[in-house]
Amino acid sequence: MSPVRDHRRDHRREPSRAAGAGAGAPSAGRAVVIELEDVWLSFDEPVLCGVNLRVYEGETRVVLGESGSGKSTLLKLILRLLTPDRGSIRVFGRDIVDLSFDEALEMRRHMGMVFQYAALFDSLTVFDNVAYPLRENTGLDEAEIARIVRERLEFVDLDPDEVMSKLPGELSGGMRKRVGIARAIAADPEIVLYDEPTAGLDPLAVDAIIRLTRKLQAELGVTSIVVTHDIRAGFRVASHVSLLHKGRIRFEGTPEEMATSDDPYIRAFLG
Amino acid sequence: MDRFISAVDTWMRGVALGVQEYFALGQRAARFTTTRPFYWRDVLVQMDRIGVGSIPIILLTGLFTGMVLALQSSVELGKFGAEIYIGSLVGASMVRELGPVLTALMVTGRAGSGIAAELGSMRVTEQIDALESMGTDPVRKLVTPRFIAGIVMVPTLTILADVVGIIGGLVVAVFKIGIPADIYLRGVWGTLAESGFILVFFPRDFVSGLAKPLVFGAIITLTGAYYGLHVRGGTEGVGRATTQAVVTASVLILATDYFLTQLLLVVVPPVL
Repeated sequence: MSPVRDHRRDHRREPSRAAGAGAGAPSAGRAVVIELEDVWLSFDEPVLCGVNLRVYEGETRVVLGESGSGKSTLLKLILRLLTPDRGSIRVFGRDIVDLSFDEALEMRRHMGMVFQYAALFDSLTVFDNVAYPLRENTGLDEAEIARIVRERLEFVDLDPDEVMSKLPGELSGGMRKRVGIARAIAADPEIVLYDEPTAGLDPLAVDAIIRLTRKLQAELGVTSIVVTHDIRAGFRVASHVSLLHKGRIRFEGTPEEMATSDDPYIRAFLG
Repeated sequence: MDRFISAVDTWMRGVALGVQEYFALGQRAARFTTTRPFYWRDVLVQMDRIGVGSIPIILLTGLFTGMVLALQSSVELGKFGAEIYIGSLVGASMVRELGPVLTALMVTGRAGSGIAAELGSMRVTEQIDALESMGTDPVRKLVTPRFIAGIVMVPTLTILADVVGIIGGLVVAVFKIGIPADIYLRGVWGTLAESGFILVFFPRDFVSGLAKPLVFGAIITLTGAYYGLHVRGGTEGVGRATTQAVVTASVLILATDYFLTQLLLVVVPPVL
């Protein structure tokens, strides 16, 4: 996609290949990129109680669940912003639970995160926001960075000339979210994590974000995890769905399988 | 009774953990001043905000403190016909105590609260999580530049406050009390020279008066950063953190001032 990956130090280990997967399964012959095994985490109350999750290369995994079910916590664990009380989390085959602070920072450079409310740096312009991961993690010169920023803004259907010099406060919610996506993919990450990407957006903006998420998978082949409680949006982007309930993965399968499930909780959740 | 003991135990554990985290933050912020990557542009921006932005308020504080010192001391010294010592009193008070402490308290109110509010807002809007998710250490990026700016700019502002305070005292002494300027300035210099020199040239009082703001600068920035980074509970939490940062930093400055004065009296004893 761009020379960004060549300029970034790569400490990844070879990801493991899914063993014994059937041809129709999401794992078919593909590498496991993210793997959670028996993950437990409590704050004042238990949040995750033995979560098992495998996300395969190039897949868009949607994690559904009620508000407060621990979906965002799951993303923070994968980013190693939190550490589990018990269990293992492997990214590209490497256990990230015992990484040092600096090693965790290095690992995160292979990921992009789209935050619920974009989390753009409000004192920086759109250009500087998107350029930030490039300036931080690559040795690219400013001309190359400017070229990549324009490319990423065009990818998320924004006019670079119109928005680059604006501050995040001058943008609409949908535009902010798109800039958040542009920033998340700026440094060409192998994994993109989305935290409630459609929250607080009008239907047209939701459509645009869904289109972008699908485009990202189709054109760039990134592995994505989308956590959301928006079932319709989740089904439209998912290649595979996991449902989090009471700290455990209650269901795993395709959107179609979930839609036809007999599980009373799933029926109630789907409305 | 058991519940009371349990509540005290929980509170004390919380305080001990807070103190531990505060010193850990200070240790990391200081360590990052000597290791790459450096965020020099951020350091300059913070120097401008903490230092240059505080100049007007420091000038006003220093000026009026020096003026009121001269005015008050003229009343007491006048009883003994000793108004010529106003310069000594103003000089010693400003350089030894009022310059460093008042500067630190004013910078706390202005910049310390700003640091807590800014970092607190970044915390609740997930901007700090965003920094971490892009592989940036928030302490290195946000705290260390403020820490460097604090330990450089608070002593600089203190020099300004000292000078302007002495000038304020001079104005009152000359125009209100009627003391010749040279008598006043000789008093100022005499009292600074009296306590001896460090490295032949620098008055001891002046040097010890600059050692304090160095520590105060660290306290102001670290306390603001600590409360900002630990904000919980949305915008209400930001307001609470800002207040706590100002109160804690002010108390720490006043308490540290006493212990630093004691330490400096031992390390660089005045010439008797």
